[in-house]
Amino acid sequence: MTIQEVQDEIIDEFSMFEDWEERYQYMIDLGKTLPLIDEKYKTEDNIIKGCQSKVWVHADMSNDKINFTADSDAIITKGIIAILIRAFSNQHPKDIIEADTYFIDKIGLKEHLSPTRANGLVSMVKQIKLYAIAYQTQLN
Amino acid sequence: MSKLAEHTDFNAKTIRQDFPILNREVNGKPLIYFDNAATSQTPQQVIDVIVDYYSNYNANIHRGVHSLSQEATDAYEQARIKIQHHFNAKHAHEIIFTAGTTHGINLVANGFSSLLKKGDEIIVSALEHHSNIVPWQMLCERTGARLKVIPMNENGELILSEFDALLNENTKLVFVNHISNALGTINPIAYMIKEAHKVGAAVLVDGAQSCPHIKPDLQALDVDFYVCSAHKMCGPTGVGILYGKEEWLKKLPPYQGGGEMIAEVSFEKTTYADLPHKFEAGTPNIAGGIAFGAAIDYMNSIGFKNIANYENKLLEYATEQLLLIEGLKIYGTAKNKTSVISFNIGNIHPYDIGTILDKMGIAVRTGHHCAQPIMDYYKIPGTIRASFMFYNTIEEIDTFITALKKAVLMLS
Repeated sequence: MTIQEVQDEIIDEFSMFEDWEERYQYMIDLGKTLPLIDEKYKTEDNIIKGCQSKVWVHADMSNDKINFTADSDAIITKGIIAILIRAFSNQHPKDIIEADTYFIDKIGLKEHLSPTRANGLVSMVKQIKLYAIAYQTQLN
Repeated sequence: MSKLAEHTDFNAKTIRQDFPILNREVNGKPLIYFDNAATSQTPQQVIDVIVDYYSNYNANIHRGVHSLSQEATDAYEQARIKIQHHFNAKHAHEIIFTAGTTHGINLVANGFSSLLKKGDEIIVSALEHHSNIVPWQMLCERTGARLKVIPMNENGELILSEFDALLNENTKLVFVNHISNALGTINPIAYMIKEAHKVGAAVLVDGAQSCPHIKPDLQALDVDFYVCSAHKMCGPTGVGILYGKEEWLKKLPPYQGGGEMIAEVSFEKTTYADLPHKFEAGTPNIAGGIAFGAAIDYMNSIGFKNIANYENKLLEYATEQLLLIEGLKIYGTAKNKTSVISFNIGNIHPYDIGTILDKMGIAVRTGHHCAQPIMDYYKIPGTIRASFMFYNTIEEIDTFITALKKAVLMLS
């Protein structure tokens, strides 16, 4: 699936929820399914410190596609990471760099990705793109 | 509960009508505001004073010959006198208007740069806010003085025997908050001031957390410096005061250069204005200062005794109800504390609880509360902090407890 197809699929899933409770319960459950980062990558270098929660993210490439693993100390943050990773993982670096992440707005996650939220998620999206740029350079 | 509610509700419900913001909804639910230790809400009486200033007599103060300037100056200086009387300072010129507590602390720390030398010691408490640690670290870097820390015990109380042991003839300054923002502990400042003075050290008390709950008598305390912020006590943000004993304020050099703070200026030499203007360079937050005076009037009209009695009941009730939640641990269980409760539930991250509570219209603070050393002591990333003011109610606490239980259910 392309990043756009995954985004549309996520938007579709979220449209089924009637209220915030269902939406958040779903994110919390997703948080529990997050492809966890290998403990050896949970280093100070890979940590994105927010004032509120911490995020770790790691990337590796196989067959010209990037796979992301991550973790956070807060479960809601983990759930949001799981959604982001679902959109970006197993994609070509070029597609990640060019991706327009419109689904964030559509599923009501914008508040969590506001720069003032201090939960590390904004930096995480930036980090995902930086990984993609780095791997793209390797491919060139 | 019913007996308690009967006793306390009447006041709070009437008082709440003074606060327009308490009528709003957040995420479709009536706002329950339990983040008072960060910023208290503003009553209409104070909002009116700000609107009146900008509507009727907005002008730059001091030295203006025209009527508006005179009116603004009179109102600003009246506010200073109100503040002086409230805190029982000896002179009005011992009250310096600042941008807030942090500004006041930095003003003192900066002033002490020229008074300290290598080998001198500064004592701070383990319960400090970052704003009360960093300026002293910077001061130590500039002067070669050493920073000593009074440790705390498991209850979040300062260990006074350790404080006594730290005091010696090299101690020049002691800095302590009256009340810890993260835990709510009330520190024994009267004792600490007395002991510090025995070795000739000056004491600065950070009253940011205590000013909305306790009316201090600065002369009786014999404290050398005291700082606080208006926004903690129903006033506007961006304004506060530094109180300093006259002899200390005369000793400290000016903090910032600019208009208002000079007597005479030539390119060869400038002489500084008298107190308090020596420390008030530039155009101040005039509306803020006047509104701070109005906030003090407002709080006194309710009465600090009534406030303390009522808030203690809220604290007691909330503590009792919270402890019924399985796995809930309260941090900061000092015998002497104000209406601040810092807690965690099991291994649930504070951010998760805070996020879910916000969805239900409840405002609490989560995180390390700018007091990382305290969090390190308990080996936790942070806490959820609920802090109450006199306009909060028992019913709000009940809703909060129900919401918390729901959050736990969702997050487990």
